[in-house]
Amino acid sequence: MLKYTLQRILLMLMTLLIITCMCFVLVRMLPPVQLPAEDPHTKVILARREAMGYNKPYLVQFGIFLRDIITRWDWGVSDKLYFGQDVAAIFMDKLPATMIVNIYSIILSIPIGIGLGIWAALKKNTWIDHTISTLTMVVISVPSFVYAFLIQYFLSYKLSVFPFLMNSGRNYLDWSMFVSMLPPVLSLSFGVIAGFTRTTRAELTEVLTSEFMLLARTKGLTKAQATVRHALKNCMVVVLPMIFGEFIGIMSGSLIIESIFAVPGVGSLYLNSINGRDYNMFMLLTVFYTAVGLAAGIVVDISYGLIDPRIRMGSKK
Amino acid sequence: MEQPFEHIPQEKFAFVQKDEHLHDQKLETKSRGYFSDAMIRFKKNESSVVAAYILLFLAIFAIVSPIVSPYSVREMDKRYVNAPPYVEALAQRGWGMFSGAVTHDSQNENSMDYWRGIAQETGHDPLLGILSKQVKTVKSRGKTVENATYRIRTNKYFEIGLVYMVFSFEDFEKIQAWQDEHGLQVIYPYVDPKDIQGIANNPNIWYQVKDNKGTAVKDADGNFIPAYSTASASEGAPYHSLRVKGDDGSYIYSARKSGAVQCRVEYYNYYQYVNGHAPQYYFGTNEKGQDLFCAIGMGARFSLIFAILVSVIRFVMGTVYGAIEGYYGGATDMIMERISDILSGIPFIVATTLFQLHLAQKVGTVPSFLFAYIATGWIGMAALVRKQFYRFKGQEYVLASRTLGAGDWRLMFRHIFPNSLGTIITSCAMMIPGVIGSETQLTYLGIVNLSDLMGTSIGELMSLGQRSMTTSPHAMFWPALFFSLLMISFNLFGNGLRDAFNPTTRGED
Repeated sequence: MLKYTLQRILLMLMTLLIITCMCFVLVRMLPPVQLPAEDPHTKVILARREAMGYNKPYLVQFGIFLRDIITRWDWGVSDKLYFGQDVAAIFMDKLPATMIVNIYSIILSIPIGIGLGIWAALKKNTWIDHTISTLTMVVISVPSFVYAFLIQYFLSYKLSVFPFLMNSGRNYLDWSMFVSMLPPVLSLSFGVIAGFTRTTRAELTEVLTSEFMLLARTKGLTKAQATVRHALKNCMVVVLPMIFGEFIGIMSGSLIIESIFAVPGVGSLYLNSINGRDYNMFMLLTVFYTAVGLAAGIVVDISYGLIDPRIRMGSKK
Repeated sequence: MEQPFEHIPQEKFAFVQKDEHLHDQKLETKSRGYFSDAMIRFKKNESSVVAAYILLFLAIFAIVSPIVSPYSVREMDKRYVNAPPYVEALAQRGWGMFSGAVTHDSQNENSMDYWRGIAQETGHDPLLGILSKQVKTVKSRGKTVENATYRIRTNKYFEIGLVYMVFSFEDFEKIQAWQDEHGLQVIYPYVDPKDIQGIANNPNIWYQVKDNKGTAVKDADGNFIPAYSTASASEGAPYHSLRVKGDDGSYIYSARKSGAVQCRVEYYNYYQYVNGHAPQYYFGTNEKGQDLFCAIGMGARFSLIFAILVSVIRFVMGTVYGAIEGYYGGATDMIMERISDILSGIPFIVATTLFQLHLAQKVGTVPSFLFAYIATGWIGMAALVRKQFYRFKGQEYVLASRTLGAGDWRLMFRHIFPNSLGTIITSCAMMIPGVIGSETQLTYLGIVNLSDLMGTSIGELMSLGQRSMTTSPHAMFWPALFFSLLMISFNLFGNGLRDAFNPTTRGED
């Protein structure tokens, strides 16, 4: 298992390196941002670019880029958005907002999703199951920005329960901040709830019809005991990795929800870096998104092996 | 001993089945192919069939609506911005949704007179109904005065009323000729600002007023007293067309401007003069003044065509790649898998951005958008095909065919591939809503702007609607409704296909 994990992590780092290199070269091939001629900062930035090897071959530039990151954790400075500031610092400044919104969303949606899924599976082929399944289908198909509209229109505008936008500032644990975070949290939650409901229901119905459940009942367990001890445990083999994946994914956030509710997070930073052609920022966020995606993938794979001894992949090799 | 069966002379032999055709007995039941079998199972799934019909309807809507609509996407009337839906026939039947209504808060008596003034002068009553009335007693200069404020609904199309416009002499003549022909009053008598307490920026006041706030002076019966100008010295050009009621021929219909005439024009009728039809936006207009009915159709056309194109290309690329991986296996498979691993690690949003930054200038927005979709999108399809090939390539019929001398290519696409076709078609159908969804997200965010090609896109319509949500929710409602319906029915349809093509579910119901 350990060997397999190490293998996967090494492979992931390799992939990350190759993707970073590809994106880096593609970004550096773009014409650099024009600097204002008389600005006193221009000289400094030009000197900095020279030090970053702007006139050298791309691979040399990539080497310098990697060296700076590894030795000094230096991702470059922002050219445009936050003129002259360290992009890594700005990024770390934005990360908490995204993470908190997403953590709230997960805390809200995972219990509801799994609960609804279990309920639907236990009441299979009754009206409860049909209602839940149909709603899940509908909710999963409709994208989050439609919910954002509904929430903003009905709850924020018509009923004025919530503010329109998230409060600015860094006081994330404040009550009014919490209330202002609820609209984005709710908009994000619908899809996640539906996803968990669907998976849980599908898994649990399959487990409930399997033969060991019959055995459990024959040996004298009540239906509740059998469900909790045997069915749920087996169903979690699929659901738990999904939860882990979701937790890794909280960092990447949602571009649309963040821009609708003005969440000062990573998503809006990414959008601004594209629109503002802030290449250093863009590069950092690209590496970040790639790493998050890859990490979520291997966490899911490895946790499968950890949870279920039957699927210890690679251990037999 | 002589064998009885030896040396039988040749003439004694006769053919048992001479001139008869030999064949197996015909099957008595009708044979049923894989696809017709799937079709039968699909039809049993009611929700999927309904979804298929809804899809058909939405597709027809996308094709027909830009043709039916009297507007094009690029037509934007700045006076009908954020206009609510208005269909005259439905509005008369009391369908509130299509009455073109907007709500106005805290309207005092002055503004109520203003609406009444428009109704009386033009004959198009903007007031649809009074929602509530609040009376406040205020002490003013020692007296108690009752101040009533109203909350009302008005028709956005009629409330524009009259506007000031400047025409050249020829245009002025042309409008008069049009008036004579159609019997509709476009030009109304001119009101000199001097006669209405110097109010120069409000063409809708045609009655005598007390102050520059527009408080109407009324006669004994409570009627307006017209303040039309009769100063023929300042008339801009001769007028010889329809006259309003109560005009004895002394009112002037235009005022002189250097080399042109200024008129009070009823915009609703003027619109008919310019466009040949009355302003009616079935789904209303958005912040830009685009007709949503047409714009949604245009956006949907792009989304559907684009999604189908993307899935066809992904299907071809994924099939060839996956087939080679799965069929040859071994080292080929391993190298190709590593390549697709790396490609699939690139976040889609990053790929799109890079393609837009690099290629949009050179090959145009849409091709670079398309490249972004097919650059990494085929990997899922390839993985699927690869799995199917691993499943089928070891089976006996493949071996038999190889023994008969079939080449690799023939084995791959003639024998193995058709067996995995059902699964692949299903995943193609499931891919389309995914493509539409992410395309809409990207256009919503403005990372990709399709205005040049189609004039708009569903995502752009929704982001415009989101911005003007509080004043005109319809601008978000219609695109969101269309889009949600499209996504839901595509997913239901895909689910139905998946179940239909999966023979293991046969006989379960």
